Amino acid sequence: MQPFSSHTGIAVPLLVDDLNTDQIAPVQAMRDLKPDYRKLLFMRTRAEEPDFVLNQPQFRNPGILVSGHNFGAGSSREAAVWGMLANNIRVIVAKSFADIYRENCLQNGLLPVALPEPEADDFIARVVAVNGAAPFTVDLLTQKISGPGGADITFDIAPADRMRLLEGLDDIGMTLKHTDEIVAFEKRLAASQPWLQQARDSRR
Amino acid sequence: MPQTLFDMIWDGHLVGARADGRELLYIDRHVLHELHAPHAFEELEKQHRPVRRPDLTFSAMDHTVATKPGRDDNTNPSGAAFLKAMREGSVRNKIKVFDLHDPEQGISHVVAPELGMVLPGATHAVPDSHASTVGGVGALAFGCGTSELAHILATQVMAMKRPKRMMIRLDGKLAAHVTAKDVALRIISEIGVSGARGHVVEYAGSAISSMPIEQRMTLCNLNIEMGGRSGFVAPDDMTFQWVAGRPYAPQGALWDRALAHWRTLRTDEHAVFDREHGVNCSTLEPQITWGTDPSMVLGISGRVPDPSSAADQGRKAAMQSALTYMGLTPGMALEGLPVNRVFIGSCTNARLPDLQVAADIVRGRRVAQGVIAMVVPGSSTVKRDAEAAGLDRVFRDAGFFWGESGCSMCAGGNGDRGEPGERIVSTTNRNFEHRQGTKVRTHLVSPATAAATAIVGRIADVRHIPGRA
Repeated sequence: MQPFSSHTGIAVPLLVDDLNTDQIAPVQAMRDLKPDYRKLLFMRTRAEEPDFVLNQPQFRNPGILVSGHNFGAGSSREAAVWGMLANNIRVIVAKSFADIYRENCLQNGLLPVALPEPEADDFIARVVAVNGAAPFTVDLLTQKISGPGGADITFDIAPADRMRLLEGLDDIGMTLKHTDEIVAFEKRLAASQPWLQQARDSRR
Repeated sequence: MPQTLFDMIWDGHLVGARADGRELLYIDRHVLHELHAPHAFEELEKQHRPVRRPDLTFSAMDHTVATKPGRDDNTNPSGAAFLKAMREGSVRNKIKVFDLHDPEQGISHVVAPELGMVLPGATHAVPDSHASTVGGVGALAFGCGTSELAHILATQVMAMKRPKRMMIRLDGKLAAHVTAKDVALRIISEIGVSGARGHVVEYAGSAISSMPIEQRMTLCNLNIEMGGRSGFVAPDDMTFQWVAGRPYAPQGALWDRALAHWRTLRTDEHAVFDREHGVNCSTLEPQITWGTDPSMVLGISGRVPDPSSAADQGRKAAMQSALTYMGLTPGMALEGLPVNRVFIGSCTNARLPDLQVAADIVRGRRVAQGVIAMVVPGSSTVKRDAEAAGLDRVFRDAGFFWGESGCSMCAGGNGDRGEPGERIVSTTNRNFEHRQGTKVRTHLVSPATAAATAIVGRIADVRHIPGRA
């Protein structure tokens, strides 16, 4: 996974709640095993709505996406994260995230920043005011967002999630360090609930 | 300290904790599908990491498969590459695949419980947000993305932070023609599309005790539409009877041992939940979505709401946008609105009893002129059982398309979708803009309401359909 320490880019305001993964990565854009993830991002909205924020010239090179509550609701499709990265969007600042989407972000080095309502609204006002004319910087080491229109904003993130992103840790590798415990657990389970450690078709 | 059933199952599957504080939850059954698994196979092979427990892993073919009778890999041309990659990846990794022509092919969430792979008190993962469908048999299931899928393949555990606990109590007795689908839509409309975010939901109460297993699955299926991390119903005698004798379920002495354990699976009386919500189901009428997310719901006799009644500006804007997309105006009734298409299917509502309910309404009648109506069984087993009961004839005689099993029009990943501007009444789980086709207007309903609507040609109150013709 690509480590994340700091990212500077144009912040794009997408000011709705409950933005879902069908919107971010339409299933019609996933007809190939290896679709063009850059084109896939908001493909339908970009094609059909000339005024859509990502079609506006000042937001053609986005770096940070700013949105409302429950960002990434719906389907678990990870293409909705890969599409962000393919467009060099490495940070999403939202009021809250859907659970699976947030997990998918952490797996891919996409920084999910959840700001409480008042801070989020202040930040949104600054993003709207600057309208793509100057970038913001999101720094994970200092846990600060800085940029035009006001003072730095401090954000919270679980220390473990922060470390994982900063170091680009290999998630499977971290778990495989516990292989002995997994083996021991399987032995215990085979003794206590043997039906769970076998999945056989009794007709065969 | 009194414990919730969620904590009992979680603690009973706890392998350890990682240095980053995430707990390692053992996954008893892992079911894959062809839309996401090929990428995970490729990634693992790149990392030279083997699949740890292929014997506890199964592959479904559901998202991209065509539903046309006589189908093959190329019937949906864009699906062929997925099916091939899935088949080859499964074989390379020694994972049993329920392939296109397997008699037990079907939607993963339908097939896994139907074959008894997923059991009460078991943990389960699927790279799909509707994983918790199997909560209907008392399993704890988690949906995940592709990277997590690769992680589970390599380790057989999920690395998670323990979610919070939520209790949704459903009391009362459902009226005739009111089903779990209506109950779920009602809950979502009350708590919102993120109302259960971060929580594992236990559904309990008198309406649950009398609810058939397939309907419990419908309820748990829609758990993600309120943002829930997982959802389940504690197993009871009805569950045990339902699971007994299924091919992958324990048999003989092992069954007796399992049953003794399963009888201990219940939430302690004074266990504490982080959140609670209650619904009185006795007063519920059939429900239908009017908008573009599953919380925009009406009773069938209700009127489309006015955005000026919204709690905040964000919701007001969302409601206005939904009204425009759906071609509706505040104050109007949905009942009587002409429809172009009716879809009965998906992991939400395509088990045998769903089709029976619909067939009972359709029997002896015709689909209204100009309406395209489809039934797509949730699995090939459901299809076979339905045919044995003569349901296919009921539907076909009425003018329905009777398809091969798969996800079909739920997400349209197989090419089944509506035409621009069409109004579709659907038994699926998401009424998002464009989900069932470009500019398609989706109304989510129960199979009973869908069947009634197909016959009338307009959105119908199933309670007003006179007795069998």
